[in-house]
Amino acid sequence: METNRDDFIIAIRSAFLKKGTKQRFSLIVLLFFSITILVLGKYNFKGINYLKSGLNELIYRVTFIVSAPENFIKNTYNLTLSHINLYNDHKKLKKDFKALQAENFNNSFIISENEMLKAKIDDIVDSSSEILAKVLVDKQSPFLKSIIVNRGSKDGIKLGMAVLDEEFLIGKVVEVNFRTSRVLLLSDLNSKIPISVEPNSVQSILTGTGEKYGKLLYTQIEKFNLKTGDQIYTSGSGGIFKSGIPIGKVNFIDDSNEAYVIFHSDFTQLRLVKVILYENLN
Amino acid sequence: MAFSKIPISRKILSLGPIILLYVSVLNEFDFNYLEFKYFSFNFPYILIFYWSLKGEGRLSYVFVFIAGLINDVVIGLPIGISSLTYLLICVFAVYLRNITLRPSLIKDWFFFLFTILVTSSFFYSIVIIFFNIKVNYYELLFNVLYTFLLYYFFSYIFGYYLNLLRRTND
Repeated sequence: METNRDDFIIAIRSAFLKKGTKQRFSLIVLLFFSITILVLGKYNFKGINYLKSGLNELIYRVTFIVSAPENFIKNTYNLTLSHINLYNDHKKLKKDFKALQAENFNNSFIISENEMLKAKIDDIVDSSSEILAKVLVDKQSPFLKSIIVNRGSKDGIKLGMAVLDEEFLIGKVVEVNFRTSRVLLLSDLNSKIPISVEPNSVQSILTGTGEKYGKLLYTQIEKFNLKTGDQIYTSGSGGIFKSGIPIGKVNFIDDSNEAYVIFHSDFTQLRLVKVILYENLN
Repeated sequence: MAFSKIPISRKILSLGPIILLYVSVLNEFDFNYLEFKYFSFNFPYILIFYWSLKGEGRLSYVFVFIAGLINDVVIGLPIGISSLTYLLICVFAVYLRNITLRPSLIKDWFFFLFTILVTSSFFYSIVIIFFNIKVNYYELLFNVLYTFLLYYFFSYIFGYYLNLLRRTND
């Protein structure tokens, strides 16, 4: 028994301390380095922030290049799928186009009326800057859903700016480097956005689930009579985003009365996005 | 002259595991675009464990440490956390190497399961408790499961590669 314990201690000590013939450092030294970096990073130590910022700039570019072969395979796969689904997509688009044409006639009147009403309630009515950005890295890990774009503080990007794919909100800027930024997608578990569910203007919070859909929080589904197909827009609460940016629609409500939202934008297909800072220009 | 007999190609062959580790952390190949629900695995865990256990020092700990930093930057995790996890995997693998007299793939495989369960628990405890980052536990569970299952498959490929390396060094 005594010998077994000695063997265990010798094996553990050897694993931590013995450098090995081809190694420059023992594991204990590098473990200590890692813990130091982690702790200093937690308390926003300046040196670690500089190191992180420098690494970000370099690694995002290298990742973009290294990912080229996989992106090629991914794009080819998506292209093949879109060819296979061409006929069905065409039929669906024709149907959607007719519906949109009908809606379009009403929209111009509603827009002008809306602008007039917003001016009266002193809401955010315009964007002060709109920056087009290319998605450099979209390696969405199973745990964190984010993308890297090729615009940073040099281009006027600020923390918290809204990021849109066409006209649909997809996330917000959570990390800004000199030439690159990280965007936290709405599908991430850590994303929380104040939203409004139309047509009843029900206020709620949209959180990500780590999947392709989001979930509504703090909403009594039965009380407010939410239904599948209800549209989700930003509510404008908090003053970061303007109200009325389309996000998605209620896709299904489960047995425990949790409402799940499907996003208008496909987060796996992001190539170019718009980064926007909304400000009150009244 | 065979390709593997040329000194430069021998050097490249010996750097294979490190190159593969860096490509995997930079690229994060995850097959997400195939949209298999819950399918994901942690290739660096498999690679680091195998080459620390069997690689006879070919996988430098310093490179493992840097690979961890790169992984944190690419995924957007607190910097240093992946390095810590990767190095802990090295510790487990070296410990197993020290106590093993007669190597067996099945024993290695189950020790690998124990290793990734401990290191993943450690990793996500830090992420959740100290950095308040939420994670999906189902994703995590399936990630560990698939990583464990695929170790058996990759150990054959790496074993073949290791034999090739040994032959070229003879």
